[in-house]
Amino acid sequence: MAEMEFRKALNLALDEELARDPDVFVIGEEVAEYDGAYKVTKGLLAKYGHERVVDAPISESGFCGLAVGAAMAGLRPVVELMTFSFSLVAIDQILNNAAKIRYMSGGAMRVPLTFRGPSGVVHQLGATHSNALESIFAHTPGLKVVACSTPENARGLLKSAIRDDDPVVFLESELLYALKGEVPDDPEFLLPLHKGRIAREGVDVTIVAYSKRLHQALDAADRLAREGIRAEVIDLISLRPIDQDILLRSFRKTNRMVTVEESWSFCGIGASIVDIVQRHAFDFMDAPIERVTLEEVPMPYNESLENFVQPSVDKIISAARRTLYLESEASLHGR
Amino acid sequence: MKPQSKSAPVRRPAGIADKSIAEMYQLMVRIRKFEERCYQIYLQRKIGGFCHLYSGQEAVAVGMIHQLEPRDYVITAYRDHGHALARGVAAKSCMAELYGRATGCSRGKGGSMHFFDTTLRFVGGHGIVGAHIPLASGIGWALKHKKTGGVCLCFFGDGAMNQGAVHEGLNLASLYKLPVVFVCENNGYAMGTAVSRGAAEEHIYLRANSYKMPTCRVDGDNLFEVCEVTAAAIARARKEFQPTFIEAVTYRYRGHSMSDPGTYRTRDEIEAHKSRDPLAQVAQTALDRNILATEDIARIDADESALIDDAVRFAEESPQPDPASAYEDVYVSYPADIRDRR
Repeated sequence: MAEMEFRKALNLALDEELARDPDVFVIGEEVAEYDGAYKVTKGLLAKYGHERVVDAPISESGFCGLAVGAAMAGLRPVVELMTFSFSLVAIDQILNNAAKIRYMSGGAMRVPLTFRGPSGVVHQLGATHSNALESIFAHTPGLKVVACSTPENARGLLKSAIRDDDPVVFLESELLYALKGEVPDDPEFLLPLHKGRIAREGVDVTIVAYSKRLHQALDAADRLAREGIRAEVIDLISLRPIDQDILLRSFRKTNRMVTVEESWSFCGIGASIVDIVQRHAFDFMDAPIERVTLEEVPMPYNESLENFVQPSVDKIISAARRTLYLESEASLHGR
Repeated sequence: MKPQSKSAPVRRPAGIADKSIAEMYQLMVRIRKFEERCYQIYLQRKIGGFCHLYSGQEAVAVGMIHQLEPRDYVITAYRDHGHALARGVAAKSCMAELYGRATGCSRGKGGSMHFFDTTLRFVGGHGIVGAHIPLASGIGWALKHKKTGGVCLCFFGDGAMNQGAVHEGLNLASLYKLPVVFVCENNGYAMGTAVSRGAAEEHIYLRANSYKMPTCRVDGDNLFEVCEVTAAAIARARKEFQPTFIEAVTYRYRGHSMSDPGTYRTRDEIEAHKSRDPLAQVAQTALDRNILATEDIARIDADESALIDDAVRFAEESPQPDPASAYEDVYVSYPADIRDRR
């Protein structure tokens, strides 16, 4: 094991997969000479050259589409989106081409391709640069969607995503890039793309979160423990397919659940989790499932408003307490 | 749109073998007959969805694709029947696809706009206007970096020239020096919108000049000019990784799709174009140069009619796909039950 920053763990995964498979190449804005907007691709140009670490112009539709075509013809591209907010100008390439060409070809084509980059709110970047679009990607058959949360799983999951034969949307977070953690040394350390994990065991309520919200969920669980509430925290990791088994196993134990997500409530990831739980574990339900989401507004610039509309540790704690009937609808929303 | 000045039908550049001319003529006849049969069976409601016919444009697909080798790729837009047939996709598997059968070239999942045959490196059939141009650049990227010596021939229409993805794809192909030949089939209308009503610069090839690649305009109804221009472009792509942009001026006889009211052009305009029909031009040249005899022309006509009859019979006799097949081909591997809502 070695301690390293999140961004270094991603860098290591890219480095190892570039070394392992000559069909892998990395393409995106500023990934080569600039070393990556967030330094995730640092040093890779020097090691693998311009043919494998490719600076693209600001043409997301162009280079996302180029990656789809390259994958169709046998390569294994890794596309860095400077942020997934910019995937919106390439959304046709991702949702129509990457996701559907295999199906429309009757299974004749493979599109082994990873779209990776940070997603979600950062800090006062305003509404256009704060999108969390996982519901759109996870909504779309043909894509696999993964959200990493620690340096360890960032490395193991990215390597699996690159080796996977289907298009994978791989969500990171700017706010996690400097996070440090232990990472296994084994160059064959791979994690399955479809499995969540129990990040903390508990029996009283299940808190489901992913990406940077996992860390808020863990903080909330710490504070809940001080009042004797033992929360189980699930790191969802896979957003498509969702790891139904881990959700149901935990829910059948705790009978209560809080979902925490990076994006808006309506048509959100949490809505699908509620759907799964009520269909498969209705008799185990002791309280309505609570959801902690963004407020239904574009992201405001003002710092206090930005914080106000996001999930927070306090909101997660309140939601958990509500599932235990220790609190009624909070006044946090100011209504 | 007015027809271009009539070119002499007997002109034949050196380097095109008699055998090639006969083969290409036969493919052009096949495409015309396939499309006109589609027109009939669509009206009989035997096939559904959108159906965009290629009649009138045959010389472009046939002349260009004839210049390719097996290692090369073809990618095109939704008016794709002609390109698939020109690449050698069996008429019966194309027809079965229109019937939505599992024996279709896309197992009944693509339909008219999404023909595929990966064994022939015919990789669609793409329904969103202009969205496959970046894909062509990506295929070119893979061919270059895998050192296959292959090239990608990418077809699209005049309407695509107003889509951003096209310009991004062209820029990337030139920037990265990719072995792609881009072919804009200018049939005069983007659906019902004449080129001049959709583009500030109606000379399409001029717009591609800004991507620093060779561009040209060719009479797309003249098979031999098409062959000549394409052969040179493919050689540049193959040997120098130099992409080329070709504007092939042509005309479609049928509507944009089967639901086209045709209010945007006159009967006279269509008839004027039919008077210089690309098939008739090739037939005349072949007769004049003693490449084909009158009886050869009649035999090709009969053979291709029989082939299309067989294709229709095959499609109609093919079973409907098993409902369970709806769940197949979404992923290479999916670790959950795809029928479940997750």
